[in-house]
Amino acid sequence: MMRGLLPIILFIGLGVALAISLTKDPRRLEAALIDQPFPEFSLSTLDDPDTILTEQTVKGQISVVNVFGSWCVTCNVEHPILMGITKDENIRLVGLNWRDGREKARTWLDKRGDPYDLIVFDPDSELAIPLGVSGAPETFVTDESGRIRYKHSGAISFEDWEKTFLPLLKKLEAE
Amino acid sequence: MRTFLILLFFWPMPTFAQLAGPTVSADPVLEDRAREIAQSLRCVVCQNQSIDESDAPLAQDMRKLVYSRLQDGDSNEDVINFMRDKYGDYVLLKPPVQSNTYILWVMPFLLLLGGLIWFLRAGRRPS
Repeated sequence: MMRGLLPIILFIGLGVALAISLTKDPRRLEAALIDQPFPEFSLSTLDDPDTILTEQTVKGQISVVNVFGSWCVTCNVEHPILMGITKDENIRLVGLNWRDGREKARTWLDKRGDPYDLIVFDPDSELAIPLGVSGAPETFVTDESGRIRYKHSGAISFEDWEKTFLPLLKKLEAE
Repeated sequence: MRTFLILLFFWPMPTFAQLAGPTVSADPVLEDRAREIAQSLRCVVCQNQSIDESDAPLAQDMRKLVYSRLQDGDSNEDVINFMRDKYGDYVLLKPPVQSNTYILWVMPFLLLLGGLIWFLRAGRRPS
């Protein structure tokens, strides 16, 4: 009796284990940097090679840091949402222009509108790798002390913004 | 004609895979170390390649960073730990032995042992 059941039990066990792993998205990496300070960096702004920004940029106020590039197709999808976000003047939106050219990025933004309060130019992943960026768009939320509190991979949908970002920003403001 | 077509199937096709190693070859010792590290780090965009094998732009930048960190005097372990801090355990191609991977490491041996026990017991039974 037991002998006949054993393969079935094993089969069901394996099935359950595989079913659980199917629900996990392998592209969603664990966010290793949550609650860590924003990495040190020294990079110029998109529009001026002589204006250097550092990690001080994200200190002193809550910021939303958005990784984008003119080559990034999904960034097109996300762009209208960012334009909506930037209408709220209390929100500081920092762009991280990743693996792009100054000209190309500027043209891209001129065509669609520039939602960013300031843009860090990172053509060689000097900041992107320390930030654990694996694709664009990716969005980080940093608190007043410059610590990373949240990471979102992929385009932000309207729903993500309303249900995840806004409550988080409110919570950080209250801290 | 048919024989020819069939033969064509067995024709060895040369396939070339270009090695995308670090291009800056200033210091061969450092380069070897960079290579070794690159082989143990997963390319986070292509998932099942190391950054040494991958041609993805991010993998290229990661190789550059590995090399420049070595130049700055980091040990191999420092560099790997840096990447692990940023990308999590996922970036390591060889999963570390730790509490959430015990099953992974122990399972094959358990299965082997189980199979062996089953084999010995089944073999002893009169047919």
